Amino acid sequence: MEGPMRADAKVCSEGGTESSPRGPGCSLRHFACEQNLLSRPDGSASFLQGVAEKSRERLIRNTCEAVVLGALHPRTSITVVLQVVSDAGSLLACCLNAACMALVDAGVPMRALFCGVTCALDSDGTLVLDPTVKQEKEARAVLTFALDSVERKLLMSTTKGLYSDAELQQCLAAAQAASQHVFRFYRESLQRRYSKS
Amino acid sequence: MAEAVPFGAESLAGGRARAARRVLDQVVLPGEELLLPEQEDVEGPGGAGERPLRLNAGARSRLRVVCGPGLRRCGDRLLVTKCGRLRHKDPGSGSSGGVYWVDSQQKRYVPVKGDHVIGIVTAKSGDIFKVDVGGSEPASLSYLAFEGATKRNRPNVQVGDLIYGQFVVANKDMEPEMVCIDSCGRANGMGVIGHDGLLFKVTLGLIRKLLAPDCEIIQEVGRLYPLEIVFGMNGRIWVKAKTIQQTLILANILEACEHMTADQRKQIFARLAES
Repeated sequence: MEGPMRADAKVCSEGGTESSPRGPGCSLRHFACEQNLLSRPDGSASFLQGVAEKSRERLIRNTCEAVVLGALHPRTSITVVLQVVSDAGSLLACCLNAACMALVDAGVPMRALFCGVTCALDSDGTLVLDPTVKQEKEARAVLTFALDSVERKLLMSTTKGLYSDAELQQCLAAAQAASQHVFRFYRESLQRRYSKS
Repeated sequence: MAEAVPFGAESLAGGRARAARRVLDQVVLPGEELLLPEQEDVEGPGGAGERPLRLNAGARSRLRVVCGPGLRRCGDRLLVTKCGRLRHKDPGSGSSGGVYWVDSQQKRYVPVKGDHVIGIVTAKSGDIFKVDVGGSEPASLSYLAFEGATKRNRPNVQVGDLIYGQFVVANKDMEPEMVCIDSCGRANGMGVIGHDGLLFKVTLGLIRKLLAPDCEIIQEVGRLYPLEIVFGMNGRIWVKAKTIQQTLILANILEACEHMTADQRKQIFARLAES
């Protein structure tokens, strides 16, 4: 669970610069920059905007590892490359769905399919599934879940913001119901693919 | 889908196991469980847990079902691990219940013992050639594994040559090993492939389709131009015709075969036969 305080605690130093939020009216997130960190290329820089970058990759990796039958391919690495074409909200859920479809397309043996669902809770406590960028920004809490296809079990959850325990259960139940739609879409699109042959 | 959804509205019983017999030739997804015919009686109309009382337990047939690619045994059920169409083959005779497998479309090859593949020699180290077969590891090929090869009479294999051989060792724990002779010591078509011609890559599903006994594509292609063709189960095809242009035409046809229907294919062949 990443709270808003964590963004400021993670400080990038050693020749880097960072900007802190200038005040309550500033709408930009915390960012940090480091230059000349690789010796081989002529120039290199790393720019971190918000703290979500590396943890998102770790979340997707953990979900894939839980589902892929790695024991059938020892001493082998499976690389998943995700490229964001456009971000219209619920980016992590979209990445999870894309990763699952790519693994199925590659023929990697898996014990189940998985999907990602994002919920946003706004200040009234209303639950919105699959929020847009605007809804995510205005929400009090944003929760993303990865669910598996066999029994809708929870594979991964990441949350940001304030919410109560009852609201967490409510979001989880809504996500489980919504995952039915996603899995039905998977089935339809895969059937369409195989109907051509 | 940006509206609130009432929670708990739908039942979450999506993971119910289905009888394998009823799902034949349909698309199955990873995570589904399939029941074998033997277990169908147990899960029958009586509901979960009710077993029909059998008075002659000895007469109950014990089927031995073989679990093919894309399926894994999970308890006494089959777990689907790849997406594709479920197929079944009846055994001709005997007490086994046949083979179940999943026909999936895949580009990546995983070495299987007994498969005939086309490999490219990438290195020569001592007595072993390292051959790239498209898997996660290069396969090893001993110089004695050619017809008529002895320690004095080494085969003429250089780095970059194409080899047609079969796997004798191919499992997930060891490096794959291939040979270019069969069990009697004869080459049987295996060995170094000639220097001309074109090697190209297609999906594994297309290779299986082309190698099926009742495939007309190869016969039609053969009527078009005289050609030499080698199919590797690792998705590689080597083709050679009289001229470079004919070779390229054949390569394009075979690659496009995957997406064309039979009528479109016949049209293209007719057009090529005229010109």
